[in-house]
Amino acid sequence: MNSTVRGLIAKHGGLPVSVETLADDADLYEAGLSSFASVQLMLALEDAFDVEFPENLLNRKSFASIAAITAAVGSLVSDAQVA
Amino acid sequence: MNKISSIEAMSLAERVRRVAAVAAEFADQADQQGRFPREGMDAARAERLMGIHIPIESGGEGATMSEVAEVCSILGQACAATAMTYAMHQIQIASLTDHAAESAWHRTFLKRICDEQLLIASATSEAGIGGNLRNSICAIEVEGDIARLEKDATVISYGAHADAILVTSRRNANAPHSDQVATVFTKDQYTLERTSTWDTLGMRGTCSDGYLFRGEAPKNQILPKPFAEIAAQSMLAVSHLLWGALWFGIAADAVSRAQAFVRAAARKSPGQTPPGALRLAEASSLLQLVKSNVVAGLQQFETSAGDPDALSAMGFAVAMNNIKIGTSQTILTIINHCMLICGIYGYKNGTPYSLGRHLRDAHSAQLMISNDRILGNTSTMLLVQKQETSLLG
Repeated sequence: MNSTVRGLIAKHGGLPVSVETLADDADLYEAGLSSFASVQLMLALEDAFDVEFPENLLNRKSFASIAAITAAVGSLVSDAQVA
Repeated sequence: MNKISSIEAMSLAERVRRVAAVAAEFADQADQQGRFPREGMDAARAERLMGIHIPIESGGEGATMSEVAEVCSILGQACAATAMTYAMHQIQIASLTDHAAESAWHRTFLKRICDEQLLIASATSEAGIGGNLRNSICAIEVEGDIARLEKDATVISYGAHADAILVTSRRNANAPHSDQVATVFTKDQYTLERTSTWDTLGMRGTCSDGYLFRGEAPKNQILPKPFAEIAAQSMLAVSHLLWGALWFGIAADAVSRAQAFVRAAARKSPGQTPPGALRLAEASSLLQLVKSNVVAGLQQFETSAGDPDALSAMGFAVAMNNIKIGTSQTILTIINHCMLICGIYGYKNGTPYSLGRHLRDAHSAQLMISNDRILGNTSTMLLVQKQETSLLG
């Protein structure tokens, strides 16, 4: 999952730096993630993992780092499997 | 306990009405001359209104955002430039109280604002970034304990009259445009070189000239939180709510004038409904929409206050954006209705029914943070945000 997330960030995150240089817990906003790009990234994640972000995950925190995104997507994917 | 707070609220309203009376007297003069509404702002200082939102332990009165909005609305009915200056000052105050309380320097500064009734301006817009406050080109330079900043600010409202300025910049020279911090510079720590003059259609008294800002201050004057968080959780919402409140005030005064016009016509010919009466009823309905919009937004803000997750949720941002869009558009329709009701007396300056200043001031509402930019921002969020369909939720 982590590598898919990283791939989508590289494609949709619009970051001025290469994703490979970022640690899992690096602050993506400090790395230049804009709010517009975070929405594009969200759409790409929804499509790639066939999930929908609920309102309570639509905030800055869920997209603050690669780890946070992976955790958010992970919780949605496991919810989908349970259901 | 309730009794005490209602007495305080009453006395706040009385103080504001005294300020509004002074501001109203000089509103036309400030507008015509395009000068700072100093009588209104001096009166606001004399009534000690500058720090009301600051917590009591820091020397303020702990007034809620709704109470501050009421002040803006009352001032807006008297002089839009005074109201806008006051509202913009309170936006900076909200950023400082909500996001810098853990910093000793800023706590002391909040106390100073109350003690000395300081006026705080902001410098967010910058040449080359096209009005997007979430982007900076300039970067703050920290060397030892000293922070230096030079900013080509296209607009600093009442910059020449402020006692301190909250300036946004990139965190450092290597940071991307969106990684910003905000820094407080006090008047003795900066120079302003005027680069453009504020000669505008309306809101002429805010004196929002452009300046080359050059400042140097101890680095602990940089706000501890990233500006992105301050903007998302406080500055944008508070701007839309306080502006909405004063825009309601402008429209409410226009409706009062139109109502007085219709009433005078009704007295002259009893038994006959004056021609403007129906339009007045329409204007009154629209004004109620604007009021409900702002009040609902204030309630949502107060409910979410102190909860960073709620304040940074997308649904909250969409709601605040919608308040700005709806309010800024509707007041123009309302004031235009009032103009149709008052006819040539509304069009002409210097009558009890004059509406030119109201209409010109109100035209700024769609432009200060362009509605097109806000709609674009909302439309992006709506790609993922789920609509709240419950009436009360």
